[in-house]
Amino acid sequence: MNSLIIAGMLLVLLGLAYQSGWSRSRGLVTSAGVKVHSRPQYHGSYVAIWALLPALVILGLWGWFGDGITTNFISGQIPADTLSGLDPVALNATIARIKSLASGYGVAGDVQPFEQVAADALRSFQFITFLVVVGAAAVAGGAALFYARSRITARLRARNAVERVVNIALMACSGVAILTTIGIVASLLTEAIRFFSFVSPLEFFFGTVWNPSFSSTDTGAHGQYGLLPLLAGTLMITVIAMLVAVPVGLMAAIYLSQYAHPRLRAVAKPIIEILAGIPTIVFGFFALVTVGPFLRDLGGFIGLDIKATSALTAGVVMGIMIIPFVSSLSDDILNQVPRTLRDGAYGLGATKSETIRNVLLPAALPGIVGAFLLAVSRAVGETMIVVLAAGNSPVLRGNPFEPVATITVSIVNQLTGDSDFAGPQSLVAFALGLTLFVITLCLNIFALYIVRRFREQYE
Amino acid sequence: MDMVAGKVKMTQQSVNSTMNPIDALERPIRLTARDVTVHYGAKQALHGISIDIPDRAVTSFIGPSGCGKSTFLRCINRMNDTIEGAKVGGTIKLDGDDIYDPNLDVVELRARIGMVFQKPNPFPKSIYENVAYGPKIHGLARSKTDMDEIVVSSLRKAGLFEEVKDRLNEPGTGLSGGQQQRLCIARAIAVGPEVILMDEPCSALDPIATAIIEELIDELRENYTIVIVTHSMQQAARVSQRTAFFHLGNLIEEGVTEDIFTNPEHKQTQDYIMGRIG
Repeated sequence: MNSLIIAGMLLVLLGLAYQSGWSRSRGLVTSAGVKVHSRPQYHGSYVAIWALLPALVILGLWGWFGDGITTNFISGQIPADTLSGLDPVALNATIARIKSLASGYGVAGDVQPFEQVAADALRSFQFITFLVVVGAAAVAGGAALFYARSRITARLRARNAVERVVNIALMACSGVAILTTIGIVASLLTEAIRFFSFVSPLEFFFGTVWNPSFSSTDTGAHGQYGLLPLLAGTLMITVIAMLVAVPVGLMAAIYLSQYAHPRLRAVAKPIIEILAGIPTIVFGFFALVTVGPFLRDLGGFIGLDIKATSALTAGVVMGIMIIPFVSSLSDDILNQVPRTLRDGAYGLGATKSETIRNVLLPAALPGIVGAFLLAVSRAVGETMIVVLAAGNSPVLRGNPFEPVATITVSIVNQLTGDSDFAGPQSLVAFALGLTLFVITLCLNIFALYIVRRFREQYE
Repeated sequence: MDMVAGKVKMTQQSVNSTMNPIDALERPIRLTARDVTVHYGAKQALHGISIDIPDRAVTSFIGPSGCGKSTFLRCINRMNDTIEGAKVGGTIKLDGDDIYDPNLDVVELRARIGMVFQKPNPFPKSIYENVAYGPKIHGLARSKTDMDEIVVSSLRKAGLFEEVKDRLNEPGTGLSGGQQQRLCIARAIAVGPEVILMDEPCSALDPIATAIIEELIDELRENYTIVIVTHSMQQAARVSQRTAFFHLGNLIEEGVTEDIFTNPEHKQTQDYIMGRIG
């Protein structure tokens, strides 16, 4: 409700400001003999931006500090003798109860009289502060509106000013993406460092045993956190996935870009890309229910002992999942190879397949390798298929027919359930996440580097 | 070696003097086109082109953009086959054999009729491999020595060998535009074609590179039948013995180059040559 009122207020302000800037600008055209620098819509936008900014700043400040002020107010409402008897956790709980009461949702258990009093006071406090904040925003916005409107003259460079604001807005948006990444990496790093205070990095990166679950923090024993079994499992599944996805995806791309009739291509390409839209959990139970038993039976038929949940099962299904990724990217890259190059080969009397093998693929190779690397980084980070189909057996072994565990699965295992978030059992997830992040980051940088080099060749 | 010596001799002459008024009509006819039409989907690009192209002479196709000259050129080695929706009608005969005969092997045809394109398009391979590619796929070399010989002689014929002999293993894409185009000519020659089609081979080159290519074309006509599409009338006048003028998908007139430029029969041809249409 409150947000609706605020949004409405801002919209009205925006509309009024735009309209007033616009109409004033129209007035300029008729009255002044001077050439008007900007068109009316820029003057409208100029005033609108001026009006909106102070309002947004005030609302933003309230959003930032409002919670603290409210909490202080509530603490002030609790009787002093009750307050002194509460430890921080209980105080937080009481404040939450009062907030719930004030919002009208009610609380579990009996409502104590002081809680009810505080809730009533809070309700009126919230009402008043809301009015004050919205009012202040509206007044500031209005004042800014009139100020901006008074600044409009024929030579005002509203167009350039609007351009600058657009520029800043765009910059802010890309800033959000970058800052988020930095924030995530920073939190991964700090938590991972906390983990390494329990377990030495040497033990983590070079340990061959993964067994974090048998101990608890109370006994002082940490369990064993060797990364290698998980890394081996991840690599094994990734390799199997790429063995499936690369040939199939590449052949599909070659067929679609070089052989398929345009009408077939128009149908087939979206269908292949739909594969990419299937949720990975669906692939996961497809692996568990269909592919795993099939591979086990197949293994029995040809005399191999293949477990239903194994690196093979997870790898094969993950490969199927990545096919559209590989084929779609490779298709784009093959189409980027200039037509003149193909013509050159045809003009020499090369057949279609000779042209593809000797000219098209070598020319597209760097780009295709880049596509493969991007696919690998997807495979490395894939979770759901592995959770369901790989069998979760963190043991270092080289047999793809046996169950394995991967880094991603272990993160899931360590963070689910009721483990202590301060202990190494949970913190190891951050170290694993960091490892995963570094692996995929390196792959992506390498892939982008290769793709970029390929582009330069033809432009 | 002769070629290199010949090239030196050529560069001492002015390019204009290479226009040799041979009577191309006395040459035997290599290529015969009758009523050639081309449709791209519903759009007709060529309306019944009939022309005879003589052996070991340069025939140039001129005309304003979109007049169908490149389209017709691409019919001669069936490059239009690679374009979706292109349909070719009529007959084109090379030494009396219909090149659109369903039993004819397109791949072999393109080995006999080589092509050089508008934009230099060396493969992203070494200079050596660029030239060796055609002979390799057609199995023309029995040994490495054979192949070396083909590559060197093709590069010589294209007047490029002296410039690149020390860096045959460097990528062909690293050469200058004019050198790349000569590499493409060497690549076409290496297959041992009888006819070489050139689709505006100098349009992406600077004047000096253009002059070198024009000299080269003049040398090549001693051994090859050459058909060149050009948007430059001066170029047509300089390098060709016969000229055909195309306009809006029609062949307006063709004949000995000198006649076309000095005494055209049709008003359209004259207008184009005088720079009034184009």
